[in-house]
Amino acid sequence: MPISENDVTRVARLARLRITEAEIPQYQAGLDGILDLVTQLHESVTDDIEPMAHPQDISLRLRKDQVTEDDERDLFQECAPAVESGLYLVPRVIE
Amino acid sequence: MLHLLSLRALRERLQKREVSSVELTKHFIDRITKFSDLNAFISVDEEGALAGAKEADNRLNKNESGNLTGIPIAHKDIFCTKRLRTTCGSKMLSGFTAPYDATVVERLANAGCVTIGKTNMDEFAMGSSNETSFFGNVKNPWHTSRVPGGSSGGSAASVAARLIPAATGTDTGGSIRQPAAFCGLTGLKPSYGRVSRYGMIAFASSLDQGGALTRSAEDSAIMFNAMGGFDPKDSTSIERPVPSVNELLDLDLRGLRLGLPTEFFDDSVDAAVLGSVREALQILEKRGARLVDVSLPNSAAGIPCYYVIAPAEASSNLSRFDGVRFGHRSEQADSLLDLYECSRAEGFGEEVKRRILIGTYVLSAGYYDAYYLKAQKIRRVISDDFKKAFEKCDVIVGPTTPSTAFKIGEKTQDPVSMYLNDIFTNTVNLAGLPSLSMPVGLDGLGLPIGMQLIGRFMDETSLIGTAHQFQLDTDWHERCPEDFS
Repeated sequence: MPISENDVTRVARLARLRITEAEIPQYQAGLDGILDLVTQLHESVTDDIEPMAHPQDISLRLRKDQVTEDDERDLFQECAPAVESGLYLVPRVIE
Repeated sequence: MLHLLSLRALRERLQKREVSSVELTKHFIDRITKFSDLNAFISVDEEGALAGAKEADNRLNKNESGNLTGIPIAHKDIFCTKRLRTTCGSKMLSGFTAPYDATVVERLANAGCVTIGKTNMDEFAMGSSNETSFFGNVKNPWHTSRVPGGSSGGSAASVAARLIPAATGTDTGGSIRQPAAFCGLTGLKPSYGRVSRYGMIAFASSLDQGGALTRSAEDSAIMFNAMGGFDPKDSTSIERPVPSVNELLDLDLRGLRLGLPTEFFDDSVDAAVLGSVREALQILEKRGARLVDVSLPNSAAGIPCYYVIAPAEASSNLSRFDGVRFGHRSEQADSLLDLYECSRAEGFGEEVKRRILIGTYVLSAGYYDAYYLKAQKIRRVISDDFKKAFEKCDVIVGPTTPSTAFKIGEKTQDPVSMYLNDIFTNTVNLAGLPSLSMPVGLDGLGLPIGMQLIGRFMDETSLIGTAHQFQLDTDWHERCPEDFS
């Protein structure tokens, strides 16, 4: 298996996904299968090919640097799990 | 039978006041309730729909109506709606109500549509069978032990079962066309940039495109015309008007060159599927279209290329779900890192996690060039193949999928076999082209067969027009699954 347990743990940490010990083999097998599939990419010759990041090879539209929207903080915080006085609450970061 | 009528026929009845929007809305809500076993809907908004229908009736009485005034529709639960929760098929958003409407939702509401509810889908649109939904799988009305396809499976099943006249969908690698094929519908994925992505929950931003699942090309034209067009709120939206419904439909097939890529007509495709596609091509030939052989030599690289790019973009897009600003928040977090990791572990299902992990892997230090950059180069090669093919033809044709609808549970244990379903569809998203699937037959089990039409960038007209001319000569699009007529 080209994907090791360590790889799964490393990537899960980068992705901020908690994966339990017991789940590692299942994700290891899944990722291994997919990696096997996508490694077929290496069979294609792509010398001198410019990478394509987007279907439209044009620069994005710009707009004037103007305020276009009202402050709707209360509305946008209605769907937040925990807010107080207009602030999002998280576990204490600084002691 | 009201539920068997086309959008145009419904509009005529509504405008002549032979039926009211309230009656129509009630009729479809009754059907949704009666056939709730299909599990096609995540939310149904009876109260809101009836209020909208009443309003539509007022406008109809005053002759102020447009193409869709008073006609009930449903939205894939990936489009944000102010009134109704938007779950994206995930536990992560099971309690989420958006503070705004997606542009597509707003445009269809302005066109007079009555939104009845939100349809089931694969979680975050990641799936080809609607089996990854947190709200359970959807059944295919043609054969209830089969999948409806995905990710727009709820939209496809509900339109096929005549629970709703039309529904919106989204397509990142085939998520409109594959379920359209599996359910006997006409499904259009417009060109990238045609339909606004504002308020459409992002999966892979350079591939995602909204569209509609409808029963015919004519209905498709009506929906596309109402949904599409420039939107300043989407930075990738294209500043060109959408053609009128008549412009989309009135195509003369004489001289139209249909390109058959050799790579799409090989042994990997079911014989019944190939047979029906070939018969459909003969009908189009009779109307004056010419068949030419073309080649898309790098098609086989499409799946590996897609399964690097789509998860890479997904891993970035889905990083916004952190338990802080919206969505599921873990109860058992003592630190900020715990809060992120546990909220995401509890809120996302297995397939979504798998794709986030693979996406993170291909973007991580040491692997970026070998996978992500390599895939972007192959994306260019695939896109160039299409450009070359379009020098010899006007529309590319082939099967939408290698097989008809498979059994529920058949592919859930093997993600790679599930991914191979998109083999003919996902290169189209990589290139950003428009594409449509239309029904062209039934296999030995009575399951629908879909044919895919691929067009030049911004040329939806040739696709909808070709499909419409085909449907004038055939009745596959009018077939309704038994028990639902």
